Amino acid sequence: MTDHCLRFENLTLGYAGHAAIHHLSGGVERGALTAIVGANGSGKSTLVKGIAGILKPISGICSARYRRLAYLPQQSELDRSFPARVIDLISLGFWQRRGLLGRLTKADRADLAGCLSAVGLAGFEDRPLDSLSGGQMQRALFARAMLQDADLILLDEPFNAVDARTIADLVQLVRRWAAEGRTVLCVLHDHALVREHFPQTLLLARKAVALGRTEVVLTPENLLRARNFQESWDEPAGWCEDGPSPGAGSSVGQGAVDKVSANV
Amino acid sequence: MYDYLIAPFLQYGFMQRALFGSLVLAVSCAPVGVFLMLRRMSLTGDAMSHAILPGAALGFVFFGLDIIPMTLGGLIVGLVVALGAGAVSRLTIQKEDASLAAFYLISLALGVLLVSWRGSSVDLMHVLFGSVLALNNAALALIVIIAVITLLALAIFWRALVAECLDPLFLRSVSRVGAPVHFLFLALAVLNLVAGFQALGTLLSVGLMMVPAAASRFWSNQVGPMCLIAIAIAAVSTLGGLLLSYHASLPSGPAIILTAGGIYFLSTLAGRRGVLRNAFTPRRHRAA
Repeated sequence: MTDHCLRFENLTLGYAGHAAIHHLSGGVERGALTAIVGANGSGKSTLVKGIAGILKPISGICSARYRRLAYLPQQSELDRSFPARVIDLISLGFWQRRGLLGRLTKADRADLAGCLSAVGLAGFEDRPLDSLSGGQMQRALFARAMLQDADLILLDEPFNAVDARTIADLVQLVRRWAAEGRTVLCVLHDHALVREHFPQTLLLARKAVALGRTEVVLTPENLLRARNFQESWDEPAGWCEDGPSPGAGSSVGQGAVDKVSANV
Repeated sequence: MYDYLIAPFLQYGFMQRALFGSLVLAVSCAPVGVFLMLRRMSLTGDAMSHAILPGAALGFVFFGLDIIPMTLGGLIVGLVVALGAGAVSRLTIQKEDASLAAFYLISLALGVLLVSWRGSSVDLMHVLFGSVLALNNAALALIVIIAVITLLALAIFWRALVAECLDPLFLRSVSRVGAPVHFLFLALAVLNLVAGFQALGTLLSVGLMMVPAAASRFWSNQVGPMCLIAIAIAAVSTLGGLLLSYHASLPSGPAIILTAGGIYFLSTLAGRRGVLRNAFTPRRHRAA
């Protein structure tokens, strides 16, 4: 039996009764480094929200087994004008370990400084948040995720509007997390980046087009299939009658999904 | 100097009570105002101060100008409005400003109806403007209790309050305290407004909460220091306002808020992050 960190069974997620992603089945193994790829509106962020528990499934099961979760959303609700320093933002990463009242220990502070220098922001502790550039803010958020010491890490398009050097630095960080045995899911648009650094890929088009080893998933045929899907929110859309059975929803059936994840 | 600044408080018991009550109120209200401002809810205080009117009016209708029933009534109605508006915004797509506008206007209309039903417009003015110079023991005790509750709650939930303002989605991903803390905070705001309307009236109680908070933003870039600065500004305003009211025979509530307003304008101009500092930045700049 493989040790799954995430397990989807005929999972359907959406908003106001309209599916954004439906009939997703499959699993992600503990310690896997997986990219989630798909067009805009293909359900990537929705899936990540579902895994984070922020969005409840319309139907099906999304079981996530983890000790601690770190979630870096695509559209952060972070208030950058808030009067806080970098250290105030980063130290939120201790929440799961120190809770509401626990004081930060000396070791915690050393930890914090270590994480800041790991993302290239050494000495930025007392900088006000509103003085950070976009890339520096993203580095700071990675430092916070690092500090959470999570075993499941969800990154939703973390490299948007980030320069090449910052991406290179942060990708190394992501690889290190995976090497440490953490399960990492990362929503990405850059296929070259995915091919280079991410062993596993989930290709979405409002359903799973393919899940498995990246070189098997990111084929021209699969990518073409992923481009042809109904993106629009269709108000009078009929009720989906697709069942969980292989072939009905996704053209890559469950067999393929399971076989691939067993190879991980 | 002594005659002007200290004698009024030594000679008159009502001045001592007024000073004590409004200083305690300043310590309690100002940090709440800072958080309201940081959540972009500065006008919420204003809306809430109107929303508690029907509660106060009900107390007035049944028990006359007695502080306890009016306070309890205001507190209950205020909590209903705050929690109702908060719940609508959490459960639907409607933002809190819109739901609160609906709730408080309904509440205000009810309040005006109640007051006009039983009282005269003079009574309404009394409810709206209050008088810090007429604080009795019960009112003072209430203010002290509310201040203690407020400071304790702020101390315990500080980290959650900051996190909920700074990055609410992150807080949701690591903890479930976000929503309860939001409601607790709304309750604190209502509590302090109710405490304030003893001293300053519903119309001006929000002033002591928001004006020092707004002024503090020009002096600091961190929440903790901002709260302390806001408390200091509120305390100085109450002292200055009471003296102004005493020497110039002005109503005490407006005098206190106008003093705070003066400090606010001073801060916008001369504060470390104020207008003048922005206008006269040196031509030389640091390399990094």
